[in-house]
Amino acid sequence: MPEPLLEVKDLTVHFETEDGLVQAVDGISYSVERGKTLGIVGESGSGKSVSSMTVMGLTRAGNARISGSITFDGRDLLSASDADMRTVRGGDIAMIFQDPLSSLHPFYKIGDQLIEAHRSHNAVSKAKARDRAVEMLGLVGLPDPRRRIDSYPHEFSGGMRQRVMIAMALINDPKLLIADEPTTALDVTVQAQILDLIQKLQTELDTAVVMITHDLGVVAEVTEEIAVMYAGRIVEYGKSDTIFAAPEHPYTWGLLKSIPRLDTPRDQELVPIFGRPPSLINKPSGCSFHPRCPYVREAHKKVDPALEPTGGADPSHKVACLLPAETRRSLWAGLRTGDTPDEVLQEVEIPANKLSPSAEGQTGEEVAGQ
Amino acid sequence: MAAYIVRRLLWTVLLLLVITAVTFLIFYVLPSGDPAKLRAGRSPSPETLAAIRNQLGLDKPLYQQYGEYVWNIVRHFDFGNSYTNNQEVRTLVFSRLPNTIFLVLGAATIWFLSGVVIGTVSAVARGSFWDRLLMGGALVAISAPVYWMGLVSLYLFSDDIGKFKLLPGSGAYQSAHGLIDKGHALILPWLVLAAAFAAIYARLLRSNLLETLSEDYIRTARAKGLSERRVVLRHGLRSAITPIVTVLGLDIGILMGGAILTETVFNIDGVGRLAFDAIQRGDLATIQGTTVVLAFGVAIMSLVVDILYAFLDPRVRY
Repeated sequence: MPEPLLEVKDLTVHFETEDGLVQAVDGISYSVERGKTLGIVGESGSGKSVSSMTVMGLTRAGNARISGSITFDGRDLLSASDADMRTVRGGDIAMIFQDPLSSLHPFYKIGDQLIEAHRSHNAVSKAKARDRAVEMLGLVGLPDPRRRIDSYPHEFSGGMRQRVMIAMALINDPKLLIADEPTTALDVTVQAQILDLIQKLQTELDTAVVMITHDLGVVAEVTEEIAVMYAGRIVEYGKSDTIFAAPEHPYTWGLLKSIPRLDTPRDQELVPIFGRPPSLINKPSGCSFHPRCPYVREAHKKVDPALEPTGGADPSHKVACLLPAETRRSLWAGLRTGDTPDEVLQEVEIPANKLSPSAEGQTGEEVAGQ
Repeated sequence: MAAYIVRRLLWTVLLLLVITAVTFLIFYVLPSGDPAKLRAGRSPSPETLAAIRNQLGLDKPLYQQYGEYVWNIVRHFDFGNSYTNNQEVRTLVFSRLPNTIFLVLGAATIWFLSGVVIGTVSAVARGSFWDRLLMGGALVAISAPVYWMGLVSLYLFSDDIGKFKLLPGSGAYQSAHGLIDKGHALILPWLVLAAAFAAIYARLLRSNLLETLSEDYIRTARAKGLSERRVVLRHGLRSAITPIVTVLGLDIGILMGGAILTETVFNIDGVGRLAFDAIQRGDLATIQGTTVVLAFGVAIMSLVVDILYAFLDPRVRY
């Protein structure tokens, strides 16, 4: 197995604030291979953006407590100096953001912003950098780039601005592109174009992509693997096909059931996930998802689930859920046919004290005491 | 753009008309004393008073006085003659205007530069010892009245009565000759006039810059791998400074009507001193003249600022 381009291990990012310790990222591990795409999915506040900003070295504030390891292309990024990180940022790792209007400086021409990005990593003349900027703008499908390069961001439409952002991110041939909700602020038709563009450029330039989104529909098309994050942790990880065909975490089920689909009967209702994302200062005890989980049992409020292999067909498939594997599969079998959680609960018996094997091994006594 | 400027100039004319009318009215409504009596000397005869009234045009109806006043300004740029010494107000104002301009522009340069530097340092080192020291000092500078600070600075640093005889003090400007000597004489007045403004600008810039530094495009600049210095100065300060330029223009415009306190404390013969003396003597013609200069200064500077803004912020189009 080749060495992955990016390997994040046990990454923890906590922020000390006046209100208490914000446990934004709480021990996550994932890896991205060269030229491949990983989707990180979760609600706002799940830690998905913070973990990626940490990879970029952009969370090194005075109040941040970071531990674990981030290895990129053989280099340890967490211990790299600020000066080294600056050469990585925008050079080997580039990033695009949610709102392309507020992400571009309103006072500078887009050409100047692209040229600045190129020249801060390459000792080239202004004219050369300008040629490169024109080339990149053409590559992302901006019509008449030689003329539009002297326009200001407000003179473009939302989709065109995001194309400009992509051109700026890819101008230094990065090995990794982190796309943080790249389509959220755009119209639906434009969303598809931007996703297509990212995918096309990724193949052409052999760039690895981390696609961060709250929308499973977005990652469905473009990613090889998906990590589902909840309350600062990865709760489910696996190949995209597995996540869509045989998801095992109740939170993933909730996400899947809340996307409208054309291939389900029209009268089938969308089921929202009830409740709100938890506070990252006072996380719920046991499984963080338990206050919102329809299948919760008393023991789930005490025992903290570990991310462990499901034992299914996909060896990379892991889940952090306390329900026994067979129960999870029966529940999903009911849900996928269109039953609501309440209906499924009437058909499937959830054992009160039986937990998934590793959790039971760790804390058997506590569970037995229920 | 041209249409916009023409429209603005027309508004400026209207504004000046309103301002002269209001000053006229205020002068007649307020019990400031009869100018003819002030002029006539001790116990004048009714005939003398009538003659003076006739000479100054005070016996005509108010609207006619106002009409003639405006017409003279439009035709000859003539503000009439001073009620107290019969000199042309135009000459009085314009002979003093260069002094005021010299004072104000010098001080404005000092307060703008120091305000920007202090504000930037404070914002970048937010919450640190330096931030607290600078912002605490700014609060003192804002709270201290100009006349108090002027007198204290004279007491401490002027080369005649000061404890540390470092800089030319009160009245030095009047007796100085040549630009360099005059500039030297203005150092203390510049600093005193600039202090409060510098403090206000520093606080304004600090809060603007802090707000700007949390913008998405600053995150983009960092993600591009730019140095922190470039992020703050080229991307942050560029945005944070723009609204301050507007304030600067208006402040300079207002001070064109005279920095009354500074000019009085340091005995500088500027428009402010002229206005101060005219108010004490009930000299309407001169008060009007200085008021119109002030209004004109503000109107012109606000136009300049608005035009400048279109260059500073490409999103603004007129």
